[in-house]
Amino acid sequence: MKICVLLKQVPDTDNVKLDPETGTMIREGLGSIINPLDLHALEEALKFKRDYEAHITVITMGPPSAEEALKEALAMGADRIILATDRKFAGADSWSTSKVLSEVVRQTDNFDLILAGEKATDGETGQVGPEVAAMLDIPFSTYVSQIEKLEDKKIRVKRTVEDGYEYQRLPFPCLVTVLGDINQPSMPTLSGKKSARRACVERISSAQTCINEEYLGLKGSPTRVAKIATPQLMRESKKYTGSKIDDGICELIKKLKEMAII
Amino acid sequence: MSDKHKNIMVIGEVRHGHLLTVTLELTGKARELADKCREKVITVLFFDKIDFEPEEIIKFGADEVICVKNDKFKEFNQEIYTNAIVEIIGKYSPSIVLTGATSSGRTFLPAIAGKINTGLTADCTGLDIDSETGLLLQTRPAIGGNIMATIKTPTHRPQMATVRPKNFAKPEPVERTGRVEYLVLSEKVYESRIEVEKFEELEGENVNIQDLDVIVSGGKGLKRADSYEMLKELASLLEGGVGASRPPVESKWISFPHQVGLSGKVVSPKVYFAIGLSGTVQHMAGMQTSEFIIAVNKDKEAPIFQISDIGLCGDLFEIVPKIIEAVRKEKGMM
Repeated sequence: MKICVLLKQVPDTDNVKLDPETGTMIREGLGSIINPLDLHALEEALKFKRDYEAHITVITMGPPSAEEALKEALAMGADRIILATDRKFAGADSWSTSKVLSEVVRQTDNFDLILAGEKATDGETGQVGPEVAAMLDIPFSTYVSQIEKLEDKKIRVKRTVEDGYEYQRLPFPCLVTVLGDINQPSMPTLSGKKSARRACVERISSAQTCINEEYLGLKGSPTRVAKIATPQLMRESKKYTGSKIDDGICELIKKLKEMAII
Repeated sequence: MSDKHKNIMVIGEVRHGHLLTVTLELTGKARELADKCREKVITVLFFDKIDFEPEEIIKFGADEVICVKNDKFKEFNQEIYTNAIVEIIGKYSPSIVLTGATSSGRTFLPAIAGKINTGLTADCTGLDIDSETGLLLQTRPAIGGNIMATIKTPTHRPQMATVRPKNFAKPEPVERTGRVEYLVLSEKVYESRIEVEKFEELEGENVNIQDLDVIVSGGKGLKRADSYEMLKELASLLEGGVGASRPPVESKWISFPHQVGLSGKVVSPKVYFAIGLSGTVQHMAGMQTSEFIIAVNKDKEAPIFQISDIGLCGDLFEIVPKIIEAVRKEKGMM
């Protein structure tokens, strides 16, 4: 069984601080991590490795520094790591990113199962998974919180949706995006870390993908950022402490009535 | 870009016979946009049966309502939805396609973008037409809601966007003319490699927190699983539901569908209670667009106070029961 995990390196927003004056993120000195939901995708692949001796390839697109995320994946148990990196990829939107990833997937191997996190904490679009599946013309499922392998090259997935759970069967090859409750990601082992440090990351450039340059990066993206605005948070931020808390609760009740909540 | 692309298409959503309100919200918004560029609004519905009259949608702004009725739409199948919409887009060549940012919409629309090679903007909070170029202006929060980015799709068609439920108000219905058409799609649309086994409805706890007007969220400060009872009581008094930051979910005090934040759900209710949670960027990005925010925390330096309208600084185990008591009193329950 051959599994591919699509992974993204994102800013470590968990440890970010807010500027008390402006209420905006302080981005200086922010570290990078593997997108949290992608760790769940990797863990699911590792489960298949333990149970069915699956071979795991992890693919990411990003700057050369995204190598760190791939090495971490290797330390956790992935078998092969591939970095699609090229200045020409920079500024890609979800369509252009999917174009590159789907092409790298196609060239790398005939995977049975492709896994990814439902969305990334930075872009937050949740679009790359379905777009890659569409470009590869394979069946896919999203919002998955359980995967079960069935006989004859199929899986059963449980989708967690607004009003309940949908159970679907998909044949290989297919792509699945996962939610955070699917499993508990494991930590990299010490020996894994050691060997990962020496590991060599396979790199793929734009020329190697053979994709027409007009589809790459900012230039090749159907969407463009036209304007950026910093919203002013208009909050009163009234704080009540000690004996004043009862006043605060009165204020709250008044507001709830005003808003017709009660 | 060619001039043959015209009109605004809303992909509606019918779930087990019921029309989702987001379809009406988007039909209303599409009407506003269509009036600016003198185009038509076409709302498309896929279903096996419905408990409403499709004509009703005309009152919310549609010029045409296209109904595709087939047994295969009984349960959601992303592949059939993708095939069906690709065929319809091919037939009607809309200039804009909008759908709700539901688990379904956020699944089929990116696949369609991948199939027909166009741009898609997720979770827009604002939509407008650029008066100079006639392009769709798609505004969405970026970098955890810290900035608002306005995105355009200059040359690819259609211009596509998903919008969260409740982001736009449902318009008041007005009498207007329009037509309903039943459309038959080609047989190959219904060929799917995905087999839908069953749907299991969730009963009891409301996990669909994105649809709620009131969310009462708890964090690490709750200390124990049973502290949630208190939050649930407050939530039910206010006809809302409960949410959580990451620690309570990781400690299994509450299930994952309740998690608010960048790795969970992004919500924007009228009233949001942040109780015993300090406010990581992860969490705040998932709730800071709420209309009114109340924070309860013992740490007066907690970042959550920066984005709250009312901050109650003290022991949540004393404050929350007081709030419950005050609400009950107000409702004449004691």
